[in-house]
Amino acid sequence: MTSPPTPILQARGLVKRYGHVTALDGADFDLMPGEVLAVIGDNGAGKTSLIKALTGALQPDSGEIRLDGEPVRFRDPLDARRHGIETVYQDLAIAASLDIATNMFLGREVRKPGLLGTVFRMLDKKRMREESARHMAELKIGLRSLTQPVESLSGGQRQGVAVARAVAWATNVVVMDEPTAALGVKESGQVLDLIRQVRDRGTPVVLISHNMPHVFEIADRVHVQRLGRRVAELSPRDHSMAEVVAIMTGALQLSDGKSVVHDEDAAKAIGL
Amino acid sequence: MAVTQATTHATLPRRLAATPVAGPLVALLLACLFFGVNSGQFFTGPNFSLIIQQVMVVGTLAIGQTLIILTAGIDLACGAIMAFGGIVMTKLAVDTGLPPVLALAAGLAVCAGFGLVNGLLVTRISLPPFIVTLGMLNVVFALTHIYSDEQTVTELPALLTVLGQTFQVGQTNVTYGSLLTILLFVLFAYLLGSTAWGRHVYALGNSPEVARLTGIRTGRLTVGVYTVAGLVYGIAALLLVSRTGVGDPQAGQTDNLDSITAVVLGGTSLFGGRGLVLGTLVGALIVGVFRNGLQLMGVPSIYQTLITGILVILAVTVDQLSRRRNR
Repeated sequence: MTSPPTPILQARGLVKRYGHVTALDGADFDLMPGEVLAVIGDNGAGKTSLIKALTGALQPDSGEIRLDGEPVRFRDPLDARRHGIETVYQDLAIAASLDIATNMFLGREVRKPGLLGTVFRMLDKKRMREESARHMAELKIGLRSLTQPVESLSGGQRQGVAVARAVAWATNVVVMDEPTAALGVKESGQVLDLIRQVRDRGTPVVLISHNMPHVFEIADRVHVQRLGRRVAELSPRDHSMAEVVAIMTGALQLSDGKSVVHDEDAAKAIGL
Repeated sequence: MAVTQATTHATLPRRLAATPVAGPLVALLLACLFFGVNSGQFFTGPNFSLIIQQVMVVGTLAIGQTLIILTAGIDLACGAIMAFGGIVMTKLAVDTGLPPVLALAAGLAVCAGFGLVNGLLVTRISLPPFIVTLGMLNVVFALTHIYSDEQTVTELPALLTVLGQTFQVGQTNVTYGSLLTILLFVLFAYLLGSTAWGRHVYALGNSPEVARLTGIRTGRLTVGVYTVAGLVYGIAALLLVSRTGVGDPQAGQTDNLDSITAVVLGGTSLFGGRGLVLGTLVGALIVGVFRNGLQLMGVPSIYQTLITGILVILAVTVDQLSRRRNR
């Protein structure tokens, strides 16, 4: 048996408390190379806190995060981005009145070479447009023009821009928070296709989602978060959707890869 | 997301039509046409030079106002800060006997300082810009009157009035101040349109949270915008002093709101993140052309105020309706 590969992103014993509320209660996390990992959990299970800790948006009180086996500590989201972890936030991905190319390079603008760039701080708009076009084409996102403001795009196209930006800059991990929550059926399908493409290019994806069919359609593994901890890691091929939901709500527990009824009434109530 | 060829350019006519300045520019041209037909004096070099002189102070103030409105803020104190800056630079030069250069620098620094304080109150204590600058309006107004002792400062050194002097272009006298105002508009159009700083100002106005998550230091950026706006008010103070030849504690009282009028008429959205500083130039010129044209036609000045008010409401209505359509 070969030794298991090092997780790209790993967390051990993350704790985060807000006064008397414990958002993370010793949470673990493992993301393996080249996979789509879905993080699911009921409201208040600590999904968001976990993801925020992993992307630098909050600092855990204790616990350890390792990137490629090396301990890291992210001061803020920018710090996490410098380490190659890109996040697509649910509704907060893009600046609506700015165009696609500007959004792709927002906060990481490219200046013209020579004096124009160093003294006059002039942006190299042409190069940013060209590189944006290349990134969009790689993900097969077709748009009429990269100079149109993002607010003129459909919801799916906007999400496409946000994903393309994340992928363009992510050297290690892409994290997506509910990327399909605000989208229709067709547009959701397009975003799921994008996620597959991102994985197939070799970048692992962390997907936070409430949508079980989407999770089962796309995830290689599922991380179940409950009461501030990871209560299960499983493959969607070995478990039914009802089982996973039962684990999420505490009706079942996973032990040695088998589900064990933990709360008989609750299990019956959901038909197991 | 159908697979089509992504083009990197929109066609020029489409881009022109899409800019927020298209509407105001058409309005300005129509106004010029109307007054040109109704008054023989309108389309003359000296008259245009006069219009620019009349709008240069409020136009310069409106540059700072544009920066702040683009971040979804507002500045109700810009005229008051300018008046105080004017008193500081003239009084220090004339009464205190400071070298004119130092007096000028002190006036500019004081204006930038008020901008800095506004910016810090907005970011550090998260106060609404409306309230901060409303309070500051009263504070600065009072300081102006206390420091000046209600006295107008006269007999200014040459440095403080040189921008009011003129040079000849053909038959027309143009003030150096008008030239400086135009240069400032060009400078800020460049900074907003072609530098990362400008892009960040727009992103901040769109959504502070989006801007923060893309790694923009929104607090520092906001403080910077208010401080730069303050510095621009200081330059407006110099223009005001050179145009009138005195330091006047009563100056600038209508300019607080007139600068907002220019910004709004120029197509910049009060909700932030949308608009162009060259639009503000057009907006200021619209006000100037209406005042001037109506005067040439012999319309009483109170009707000029009436028409300006109606124009503002029209401009905001157009902005609101176009936002609704985009949604």
